[in-house]
Amino acid sequence: MKPLHSSFKITVALLFSSQLSFAAADSSPNYLLYCLIGAGIVALMYAIISLADNMMQIEAKNLGADTSENDYSIFPSFSSLFKPKAGDHVDPKRLVSLKEGHDIKLVGGAHADHSITNTAEHYAVKPTNFRGMAPIPKITAAVGERVKAGDALMFDKSNPDVIYAAPVSGEVIEIRRGAKRAITEVIIKADKEVTFKENAVPNIESASREDIVKFLLETGGWAHLNQRPFDVIPNQDVTPKNIFVSTFATGPNAPDLNIIVEGSEAAFQKGLDALNKLTDGQVYVGLDGRKGHSSHTAYSEAKGVVSNYFAGKHPVGNVGIQIHHTAPINSGDVVWTLKVQDVIVLGRLFMTGAYDTRTKVALTGAEVNNGYVDTFLGASVGELVGPNLKHDHVRVISGDVLSGEPLPADGYLNQKTSQITVLAEGDKHELFGWLLPLKPRPSVSPTFPTYIMPKHEFDVDTNTHGEKRAFVQTGAYEKVLPMDIYPQHLMKAIMANDFENMEGLGILELSEEDLALCEFICPSKSPLQSILRDGLDTMRDQM
Amino acid sequence: MGLVDFFKKIEPDKKKSPILHTFYDAVYTFALAPDSTTGPKGTQIKDGMDLKRLMVHVVIAMQLCYLFGTYNIGHQHFTAAGQYMGFIEGFHLKLAHGLILMLPIFLVTHIVGLGIEIIFAAKKGHAVEEGFLVSGALIPLIMPPDIPLWILAVAVAFAVILGKEAFGGTGMNIWNIALLARVFIFFAYPTTISGDTVWVSGFEGIAADSVATYGWGHDIFNTLFGWMGLDGFNAAKTAVVDGYTGATPLALAYQGGWEGATEVYSPAQMWWGAIPGSIGETSKPLILLGALFLLVTKIASWRIMLSMLIGGIVGAMVLNGWGATPFMEVPWYYQFWMGSFFFAMAFMATDPVTAASTNTGKWWYGFFIGFIGMIIRVINPAYPEGWMLAILFMNTFAPLIDHYVLQSNISKRLKRA
Repeated sequence: MKPLHSSFKITVALLFSSQLSFAAADSSPNYLLYCLIGAGIVALMYAIISLADNMMQIEAKNLGADTSENDYSIFPSFSSLFKPKAGDHVDPKRLVSLKEGHDIKLVGGAHADHSITNTAEHYAVKPTNFRGMAPIPKITAAVGERVKAGDALMFDKSNPDVIYAAPVSGEVIEIRRGAKRAITEVIIKADKEVTFKENAVPNIESASREDIVKFLLETGGWAHLNQRPFDVIPNQDVTPKNIFVSTFATGPNAPDLNIIVEGSEAAFQKGLDALNKLTDGQVYVGLDGRKGHSSHTAYSEAKGVVSNYFAGKHPVGNVGIQIHHTAPINSGDVVWTLKVQDVIVLGRLFMTGAYDTRTKVALTGAEVNNGYVDTFLGASVGELVGPNLKHDHVRVISGDVLSGEPLPADGYLNQKTSQITVLAEGDKHELFGWLLPLKPRPSVSPTFPTYIMPKHEFDVDTNTHGEKRAFVQTGAYEKVLPMDIYPQHLMKAIMANDFENMEGLGILELSEEDLALCEFICPSKSPLQSILRDGLDTMRDQM
Repeated sequence: MGLVDFFKKIEPDKKKSPILHTFYDAVYTFALAPDSTTGPKGTQIKDGMDLKRLMVHVVIAMQLCYLFGTYNIGHQHFTAAGQYMGFIEGFHLKLAHGLILMLPIFLVTHIVGLGIEIIFAAKKGHAVEEGFLVSGALIPLIMPPDIPLWILAVAVAFAVILGKEAFGGTGMNIWNIALLARVFIFFAYPTTISGDTVWVSGFEGIAADSVATYGWGHDIFNTLFGWMGLDGFNAAKTAVVDGYTGATPLALAYQGGWEGATEVYSPAQMWWGAIPGSIGETSKPLILLGALFLLVTKIASWRIMLSMLIGGIVGAMVLNGWGATPFMEVPWYYQFWMGSFFFAMAFMATDPVTAASTNTGKWWYGFFIGFIGMIIRVINPAYPEGWMLAILFMNTFAPLIDHYVLQSNISKRLKRA
């Protein structure tokens, strides 16, 4: 009743006071007065409507209607206007809802019911996958030697305790070298039936942290850990503050991690139990809280962890974003992050003693038959993709289109990914393509008509759609990065080698994948991920 | 792919003639979007938006101002002569006269500006950046129609060389290029860009009975119109009528407040833009349509536009409260009927390179432009309009605003630890 009363009073007061207060401008129509009267009328209408609306809500409550989903008001609530919708399965108290971001919808997602039976014969361990390792590791398995899955293939000269194990059993057939004789791949021709090295398993409950660390170092499990900041193989002498696992991926055509964990639920829980012994803090699990999505019970009912729901657009599934909104990395902090498949590998180690890297990989992209394929870590991409390719002139990417790495025809899958994307190459000119594009292309800009069709799936190619330029546009990156960070200023600090500002502006909280969307939308086509990596590397050298 | 082959055939040698090659490259990439693909590192696909597309949308947003501005040059010319007083009367003559003045201004701006850009790009060995697309489109709109072309050329050269290239090219400049060109003329050749006499074109002077000065351009159109049986330009019969002042509403309001301005121009006339002034800044609805276009396409920052509007309103209200001169007593909302507030808001203040680059900074940046600009307009007798100086002033302070916003982000991060 109150708003009605007061706005009515204001309107009446305005009507009668007009002659006095606005008499000075009487020669011309008094627009100010008309504006105020108009505003008064609008306020009056609002008061009446909101009164009726309130009564409707009270009536709904009296009738015992369920008001948790819908409060029976004609006005949307403030949070529902500005925050992305969360799914029904979400506990609102544990929900982090993020506004910024952008989902890139592409043709060629892998569907759950479509699995591809295809096996790779060759597998490789790539030292380049393990950042922080000295460039030339010591190879312990000679060419021609037979290894079991879990046998050491090499160790890091700067940290000899960390071994890197063979993902399959078979014969080491080649050690490939790249620039400056750095080793790029150690290739194994796999046996038909993979056999595993047997390790004596410590009991997680009774073992000390040292025992578990030692076990992981010796069995190759350590290489599945990732340390933030810098994304490096962690130092075994440093106990992480917290450990984070994201259980959903939001990138373009990202694999459904609910499928990845299917059948390995126990191993996932076992892995989390082991991680709990490795940190003094918490193990945080990020759950999918988006509307229309669900979280596997292996994730949502995981024990001994702190789990939070996240809703929003890509990159909300990135673990870096989730860390920022749960327990941000401060100067001097060290945390670990693991992918779901890494937790599962650790879990299997503790369950059976076998280094079993079996996983599912999603074949995505418009130029390949889509589906999930069973394989081990480091499979030959050519053999996995080969028979499923649709065309020749394509790019095969280990990972997604934003932060994946293009591979040569005889390349091997990177360690930290469960996705292969195949795209058409875009090496074609386009007449006035910058102004009047003939083919739809993904963009965050409303200057493209497809902006009003958020569900449209784009058939993309690798064209840059423009040339590299200086930074011009401002405020665009912030719209796709749900963090309290100024990416453009951070980039400038990195380019200026300004350590203090780099750290102050939050470089330690970022990883390449978090900035990938900013790089995608950049109208100046700046290589943000490379710049960030340069900055992280110089920061690491300083420490 | 015939066009690609054609371009390949005419490609000049990069070593022998770098400037020609840079020019060729600019035309080539303008006509054909490049066939370059993403590299081995970084994202494997890219957004369809690039700098060319971004800049050209700003130019598209100005097109209505170009159309109206060109026509209004002619309309003001004949209004001063007391002929074809209706807005649509003498349509062909007004448009022809406008084009005769507008085209050379547009061409000189682009030849000088792009020429310098190409030379610098060739010397530095990179492609021509698209920044001048917008600056070059803005400069003609903020000039008086009778601006001597050599002064325009000097001003554009000054703005591009000292304002932009000296700082490292597109994206590095501190001050808005278009406004720098204008401010150069404003201080170096003030009589060509301020006062009552410069806003009406095509007469020897603004005193009564000054006759029209028509050139060969008008002769060509006269021949054309003669064939079509239309009226032609007639210098002997066209002279400034008695009592015509040529003053802009702002100049009138400075003397006599809102009453002074409305004695000569009706509020509707001021709003729709059939008044003397710089070429593109008179028609408020068309500028607002352009602003709306920039907002809908999310190219310009709504934060800057909104906060500048708030700053202008607050500034005008404060001056209303003070009320020491007739100009201060102009009701605050009528301040927006006069002058180029909306043009400055839509196209000048929103330049992303020279504006504050943080979202919080944009609020402060816009607000102070609005507030300071209104004070300059009303209080300072030397400057008839405030936005040019206010924007350049706040351009200077934008990095400082950003610095404090970033410092607060940094200290927030430190406190959290």
